[in-house]
Amino acid sequence: MEHVRNIDIRKLIITVIMAVCGIVFISPFIWMISASFKLEEDVLSFPIDWIPNTWNAITNYSEVWFGEKPFLLYYWNSIKVTVLTTLTSVTVSSLAAYAFAKIKFKGRDIIFLIVLATYMIPSQSLLVPQFLFYSWVDLFDSHLGLILLNSFSVFGTFMLRQFFLGINNEIIESAKIDGAGHFRTFFHIALPLVRPAIATYAILRFIWTWNDYQTPLIFLRSESLYTLQLGIAQFADVHGSIYSLMMAASVSAIIPLLIVFMLGQKQVIDGIQLGGVKG
Amino acid sequence: MIEIKEASEVIEARDIKELKTVTIVGSNKSPIRNKRPKFEGWRETIAGYIFLAPMLIGTTTLVIIPILATIFLSFTDWNFITGIGDFNFIGMENFRTLFNDEIFIKSLINNFILLLVVPFGLLVSLILAVVINNHVYFKDFFKVIYFMPYISSVVAIAIVFQVLFHPTFGPVNQLLMSLGVESPPGWIADISYALPSVMIILIWTNIGFQLIIYLAGLQNIPKELYEAAEMDGASSWYKFRKITVPLVSPTTFFLLVTGFISTFKVFDLIIVLTNGGPANSTSVPVFYLYQEAFVELKTGYSSAIALILLVLVLLITFLQWTVQKKWVNY
Repeated sequence: MEHVRNIDIRKLIITVIMAVCGIVFISPFIWMISASFKLEEDVLSFPIDWIPNTWNAITNYSEVWFGEKPFLLYYWNSIKVTVLTTLTSVTVSSLAAYAFAKIKFKGRDIIFLIVLATYMIPSQSLLVPQFLFYSWVDLFDSHLGLILLNSFSVFGTFMLRQFFLGINNEIIESAKIDGAGHFRTFFHIALPLVRPAIATYAILRFIWTWNDYQTPLIFLRSESLYTLQLGIAQFADVHGSIYSLMMAASVSAIIPLLIVFMLGQKQVIDGIQLGGVKG
Repeated sequence: MIEIKEASEVIEARDIKELKTVTIVGSNKSPIRNKRPKFEGWRETIAGYIFLAPMLIGTTTLVIIPILATIFLSFTDWNFITGIGDFNFIGMENFRTLFNDEIFIKSLINNFILLLVVPFGLLVSLILAVVINNHVYFKDFFKVIYFMPYISSVVAIAIVFQVLFHPTFGPVNQLLMSLGVESPPGWIADISYALPSVMIILIWTNIGFQLIIYLAGLQNIPKELYEAAEMDGASSWYKFRKITVPLVSPTTFFLLVTGFISTFKVFDLIIVLTNGGPANSTSVPVFYLYQEAFVELKTGYSSAIALILLVLVLLITFLQWTVQKKWVNY
């Protein structure tokens, strides 16, 4: 009895220590949120008032959201681009993954190797030719162009392929014997079976696209098309010295994602553990 | 449909595998084996390519052709301003210029210093992972906490740290001064501290990812090993050194390689946090590439940087293949 209690107390103490470390670890976030609620002159006061003395939250946030920069538009652009990218990418990747895993055809393995090899190419090595190509075909400075750039994911294809491989071949074969073609088998049998993997990939793609700064920076020019990340970076350039507003803008950029993460926490973590790499 | 069902009943379950190429299709009333495989294989091929088509078209136009174009352009003197067709082949000239280009060399050196982030981060992550795995309550809570920076917008993080690291008013330096540090560093405003500041932020954002992967790796270590060691009276430190570290070495290796590769792609943080400055002290090849390509508009020259970047990443990958077998040791 005594032994068990000792262990529990030790574990409890370590939990408390770890919790303190955890709070220190995320203190930049706490500071950011707290500063976004403060009057500008209180932001840098020291010692830090973690709970604002004077609340200025409504003024700060309405200044960010309804001030001179069209934040609502940036938000809408980000939502549009992110949702459409996620949908396209999931569709493209799951189709390709199914073909690589469950359809036997000439050239499949060599194509798979080539696709896998492209995974090693850093995205920055492609920027210049992509930019030239986009100027020629008139995809530059458009949301469609942005969506396409993030829609062909080797990571997604590889990850979903692993799951399709896990489906017993006999299930696919018996569907065929019942007269189902590959399309019906894919939509009615294979896809429902890998739904958790699809959810994981969709959440990851959502997070990566939402946070993407590099692609919109290079492939967008019109301010009316700006995504949230571009908008915030620009906002910081303009209001660089007004920290309370900058923090309110940063909070606005991070919060939607934290919500997505909290909701799909298990999927995200499982997916990261499974796929390992960011792509 | 009825005929097909009947036909399928005749076939025993273990025959199904052989049937792959002779599947009975649609309205075919007399499923005679061996007469259909050619047609069937053809159908499979068509289906396969239809499923693959979007991925293939996308990858070809947005990855394969561009990377070939990058290689091609890196041997030319072309720039955006002169327009299409007006370029000359200059052989290795771009590369020769690059290796005499102080800023590029500086960027390369900076990037090699950045690699240090990976082993430091891994050490912290592994310790955290072991503690979280065995010694705390509310495991999931801690996973979420440490994972937060990894999923947060890099732009927002950069903006927050710009203020936190402010040389005079920033909370970090105010704290240091209140603790008695007379002249705290200027962080991102200081030539010698800007790169370390970037490294601190990189470690901070990557811990979550490494921790999660380590936690997965730790699940694969058989509990019996620890139990046996405990029977022999082994200390925690001994178990960590002799069981945990060697048995997670495949995970460590994986994280080391992916970590090294990802440090060659750190762009967002640098452009928002420091814009390569002060005095190029935080410039890295990807950042310099962006500058040369989209600010200076030197297409050929920036393509040469892109090619060097690719070669560096490939080198790390090939090293991975050769070293892997020696590294992973139990």
